[in-house]
Amino acid sequence: MKEKIMKGVFLFAACASILAVGLICYFLLVNGIPGMAKIGVGKFLGGKIWRPNNDEFGILPMIVGSLYVTAGAIIFGVPIGILTSVFMAKYCPKTIYRPLKTAIELLSGIPSVVYGFFGLVVLVPFVRNVGRSLGLGGNGSSIFTASLLLGMMILPTIIGVTESAIRAVPAAYYEGALALGATHEGAVFKVVLPAAKSGVVAGVVLGIGRAIGETMAVIMVAGNQARLPNGIFRGIRTLTANIVLEMGYATDLHREALIATGVVLFVFILAINVSVSLLNRRGQNG
Amino acid sequence: MDNLKQKLSAYKKHPGSLVVMLLVMFASLITFLVLFFLVIYILAKGIPHLKPSLFSFTYTSENVSLMPALINTIIMTLLSLLIAVPFGIFSAIYLIEYASKKNKFVSIIRITTETLTGIPSIIYGLFGMLFFVTKLQWGFSILAGAFTLAIMILPLIMKTTEEALKSVPDSFREGSFGLGAGKLRTVFRIVLPSAIPGILAGIILAVGRIVGETAALIYTAGTVTKIPKGVMESGRTLAVHMYNLSSEGLYMDQAYATAVVLLVLVLGINTLSGFIAKKLTKERS
Repeated sequence: MKEKIMKGVFLFAACASILAVGLICYFLLVNGIPGMAKIGVGKFLGGKIWRPNNDEFGILPMIVGSLYVTAGAIIFGVPIGILTSVFMAKYCPKTIYRPLKTAIELLSGIPSVVYGFFGLVVLVPFVRNVGRSLGLGGNGSSIFTASLLLGMMILPTIIGVTESAIRAVPAAYYEGALALGATHEGAVFKVVLPAAKSGVVAGVVLGIGRAIGETMAVIMVAGNQARLPNGIFRGIRTLTANIVLEMGYATDLHREALIATGVVLFVFILAINVSVSLLNRRGQNG
Repeated sequence: MDNLKQKLSAYKKHPGSLVVMLLVMFASLITFLVLFFLVIYILAKGIPHLKPSLFSFTYTSENVSLMPALINTIIMTLLSLLIAVPFGIFSAIYLIEYASKKNKFVSIIRITTETLTGIPSIIYGLFGMLFFVTKLQWGFSILAGAFTLAIMILPLIMKTTEEALKSVPDSFREGSFGLGAGKLRTVFRIVLPSAIPGILAGIILAVGRIVGETAALIYTAGTVTKIPKGVMESGRTLAVHMYNLSSEGLYMDQAYATAVVLLVLVLGINTLSGFIAKKLTKERS
């Protein structure tokens, strides 16, 4: 009897995550879709002007903003991340490996507000000076700054996943390449890394997910102007920032438009999640 | 020495390899320098501003005390764990000890857990606002924040508990059954106790996430700077406090100091988790 009751309790607990996903989807859609319909899907997604006071709710600038800073984060973060993970897996002397590995793991846990604060007090002035000296202007809060900061933030994610993908490649691949006369670098970059490709891509996609969903750090360095940007040293607002900045005082259609912004973000994230799990599945089969 | 000479001559023959090697070294150097610089910079700028007035029990615009926020963080953490830990551990027990691997239901649970892992915290915050704050009419409150965070850390606790349960050798279970114990007794008396360090490491990791969380809390727990009288009142956690300080821009010195407290807290918590996990793997091998 007791056995059966407890089995029921365990089963009930296991349903919690299904319930949670169900509730999240339901409440986002129910609160977001009507607003989107009222504004008009085309006008909402394709509109270039966001002026809640005039009932103009176009989130194209925010979509573009999210895409820009994410692309920027990839440009900064991915090459450095992959090269660092190659270092960790194939170059790092054993004596310093443990401390470096621990450092990377710890850094992935630094709260995004702390990253954001660092961006605010270090990167923003730095970019302001660079922008001024290049004659490009801008006040330092810009696409470039946000990309730089997000690139830093996704490094631990990319390094962690990529390193384990590289380590999962059988040693015979590397040794075989050496036996055929390849150098260490040749073996690593032409044989091992291509063999670890699906894992590397999964790491990058995971990093993209982190970058596009990042909120607090981006708000603190991106400038948050809700318009299409005309240069990487200009400010921009992301989807995530739009929600946090205006939700505090939004009412009626404005509020619904913000929730709909969340729905758009959610769809982006779901697409990224699906591609990660597809990549993982392919990695396991191949 | 000979080894080094060999390597150098090999690089002389293959200048391309040398370039690649230098790139790898350069990139790694950037990674570690940047990340260390961040930590050192915050510590160096913030530690001089750690004054006793920052830890006074009431917040005023004079002292900009972080103590209420720190206490709120502790309350928030305990409450979230209270909700998420039983659910997380029980569902892991179901997945590992009861359900058969090929079960359709199990694969649905896995998919939803993966989905929860990938959802950014602002979406959790939005959901918490729509459901707990508005629909259930809890208002901006510690309770709404705690429930929101509980959902956020649920997949993490499930995942780590599952790993911990999996690492318990089957011989333990067989021995227990052989001595006549039932399934339930085996789970609670034999399997769970041997999995505790792994579960604990996961819980501590979850604490680290709760302490660092901002976006999920602003519109669920709110930003009131006082210590709340009950769970139905609003209160800001340390990370939210940190965000407000730096976005207001009025109290930069205190913001640096708050960043130090937050950073040390999270790094300490994560180190503890890693330490426990490492101890576990050492004992097993």
